[in-house]
Amino acid sequence: MRAYKPKDNLQKKSYHNDRFYIKPTLKRGSVYDDSTFSADYLSLSNIVEITESYIELDHLVIYIKPEDNIKTIEHLKTVRAYDFLVELSAIDYISSRGGFEIFYEMLSTSKRKRLRVKTFIKDGEAIESVENIFRMANWSEREMYDMFGIVANNHSYMKRILMPDDWQGYPLRKTYPLHGDEAAQWYEVDKIFGKEARDIIGPELRDAAAIDRYDTTRFARLGHEVPYGTDISDGNEPDTPIRYQEEGGVALFGKKLVTPFDEIESKNLEERR
Amino acid sequence: MQQVNRLKPFFENITFDRDDNTMVVNFGPQHPSAHGQLRLVLELQGEEVVKAHPDVGYLHRGMEKMGENMIYNEFLPTTDRMDYIASTANNYGYALAIEKLIGIEAPRRAEVIRTMLVELNRIISHLFWLATHALDVGAMSIFLYAFREREFAMDLMEDYCGARLTHSAVRIGGVPLDLPKGWITNLEKFMFILDEQIKVYEGLLTKNRIWRMRLENVGVVDANMARQWGCTGIVLRGAGVKWDLRKEMPYGLYPELEFNIPVSNTGDSYGRYKLHMQEMYESMKILKQLIPMYEESESQLMAHAPEYISASKEDIMTQNYSLMQHFVLVTQGMRPPVGEVYVATESPKGELGFFVSSDGSPYPYRLKLRAPSFWHTGLLQDLLPGHQLADVVTIIGNLNIVFGEIDR
Amino acid sequence: MAQHKVNYLADGGAPIALTTVDKIVNFGRSNSLWPMTYGLACCAIEMMATGASRFDFDRFGTIFRASPRQSDVLVIAGTLTKKHAEFLRRLYDQMPDPKWVISMGSCANTGGMFNTYATVQGADRVIPVDIYLPGCAPRPETLQYALMMLQRKIRKEPAKLAQKAKRLI
Repeated sequence: MRAYKPKDNLQKKSYHNDRFYIKPTLKRGSVYDDSTFSADYLSLSNIVEITESYIELDHLVIYIKPEDNIKTIEHLKTVRAYDFLVELSAIDYISSRGGFEIFYEMLSTSKRKRLRVKTFIKDGEAIESVENIFRMANWSEREMYDMFGIVANNHSYMKRILMPDDWQGYPLRKTYPLHGDEAAQWYEVDKIFGKEARDIIGPELRDAAAIDRYDTTRFARLGHEVPYGTDISDGNEPDTPIRYQEEGGVALFGKKLVTPFDEIESKNLEERR
Repeated sequence: MQQVNRLKPFFENITFDRDDNTMVVNFGPQHPSAHGQLRLVLELQGEEVVKAHPDVGYLHRGMEKMGENMIYNEFLPTTDRMDYIASTANNYGYALAIEKLIGIEAPRRAEVIRTMLVELNRIISHLFWLATHALDVGAMSIFLYAFREREFAMDLMEDYCGARLTHSAVRIGGVPLDLPKGWITNLEKFMFILDEQIKVYEGLLTKNRIWRMRLENVGVVDANMARQWGCTGIVLRGAGVKWDLRKEMPYGLYPELEFNIPVSNTGDSYGRYKLHMQEMYESMKILKQLIPMYEESESQLMAHAPEYISASKEDIMTQNYSLMQHFVLVTQGMRPPVGEVYVATESPKGELGFFVSSDGSPYPYRLKLRAPSFWHTGLLQDLLPGHQLADVVTIIGNLNIVFGEIDR
Repeated sequence: MAQHKVNYLADGGAPIALTTVDKIVNFGRSNSLWPMTYGLACCAIEMMATGASRFDFDRFGTIFRASPRQSDVLVIAGTLTKKHAEFLRRLYDQMPDPKWVISMGSCANTGGMFNTYATVQGADRVIPVDIYLPGCAPRPETLQYALMMLQRKIRKEPAKLAQKAKRLI
């Protein structure tokens, strides 16, 4: 029987796990440890409901409900002076928790603090776009849609940005294989030559560890180039040393058009200037 | 001979049958202004741009998904290929992020070497920017001159780590190699030459009538637009906001170094050009301060954290446990604590951030690379309308965008 | 490199005798190869460095032309992604015969380090390639060596005015 590989998370897993290994976690401090952050937290908690918050590695991390994201970001921008929305993306937790965790990374230039707003939505749900508050969300939400399939409502142009427009599938989901599914692997062949050419062109060579029969003995063929299809089995290979030009130069009407390269007589610099 | 394929000629690029008389021009994914694969669909009213729609993704290689399937050390050379002009800046940002996650600090000499390499990369990146931007605008000789200086800088990088372009000169926990003999002398020679040459470039361009006409009042980014779009780096400083992560939220050795942050109030391309030139001087200042710091530091190159970082080669070759641990770290990978980290550094393009969400396994659960050029390209949507077609090339060049970063 | 199921030695692979006219035409063609600027990613920077001051590309007679209609060689420098593959094929089709292709760098040869869903595993899945140039990024001298090899290859071919199709694709 072959081993069961769960298909809901195709990420590479470590093949050896120590049974008694307890994973260390990063220290999470309380919000009240830092005065700026506690002021932000208290001010924000009057506006929206904060389900969880802590300080992790100089970042204030706040968990909110997905409906409140516009209010939160608006409040942080206008009242709490977080004037940059630095990053906006999602993390795929479908196999473990059944949804995505979206995070908004914000920066305050006046207070020199960074904060992360996180919210959890279920697979299939959409989230409100924050494009009207920060224009950068225009592109970030498109990227989120492209990579995860999370639609942002009231977005002005919800189309794919990084993948081609007719791409099937959402690449950064854990269920999407790294090498792409069938539509992905044949995408360029189908598009340019049509499905009939799949047999002629052949499948992609995705195995990075594949070794050709002749490669083990002469994997660096630089200097031994031969025309394609020449017999290179043992003993028969024509020897082609590294040559920059034809031997003896190129002759035309008896005169040499291309003078041969003479290694000894040509000037070689001792040291780079 | 034309071979049969399914691609038919199409003319979606240029359409004339629109009521409002605008022409749609496709600035295709391959074009001679050497900025990589940007597809801009422009609607032109005569020569003036009415609407601009940038289309990116032609260099999307799936780095974030790759990162989820690679151990942390294995992903480091991939970060090289993001901003491939100043590779060590990406490596440094990533190494800092992982070091913060696992809670170690690189030793002093490693930090000095890393900062030297990052500032050298800043010079390389700005020289490249100058060369290609001048080439686009039309001053082709600057391209050759700046590349000549860049070759000297790349010789320095090659002496150090063996590669000219995609360095991976930095490791998580420090640097793998010490500076070779004579590197510092060569660096000083290079800075001497560069100092003179930047004056030559400024003499050629700064007061040049044509250059000023092409660049002044073109591509004006004001502070509000910059904040809305998340622009950082020179675009933000050109808009008048004095914000540089090296000074405001310092990391590494920057608290100890003295340098200025040039800021321009005009917000146009000419201001950004002057900022680039000025930043090259500041980087040289930093390098000059780092040289005595290097000489005074003791020679430890990698942090001592056996759980996450392999020992030095001498130990691996002689001590048994070092070898065993190195084997485990290379084959299985190090396991950082469970948690999330976001670290941003000031790369030559802007704020380059790395968000790593770790679940305790050797492979990151989510790795988000925050590339500044992504939003600088989005900014083109709002910036280009109102400019002439010739200004489009100037603006794209001036914003210093690199497609490896945008598409990852 | 893609493994195509086509027999490329359909003409028997007999040794080719070159006439003087062939030699003159080939000499002219090989020493004035005009590449098209097809810089996609990091290798483009090395290609630009090859064309710049230290490693001058101009001494081979090459002038970088932006338009496919005026160029002979297509130097694919950088990663070819699936979104872009269609445009590469279009531009290759727009180049007039005789045309050659140098695939520069690991990403153009075989997809390189990017063994992912969005990368074409080798430009030769889409267009026929003459010279493969390994490296990541290859040094400028390597690109020059590849160009010289291409020149040798051109000088060996008979200069038929219409090139026979090299591959099915």
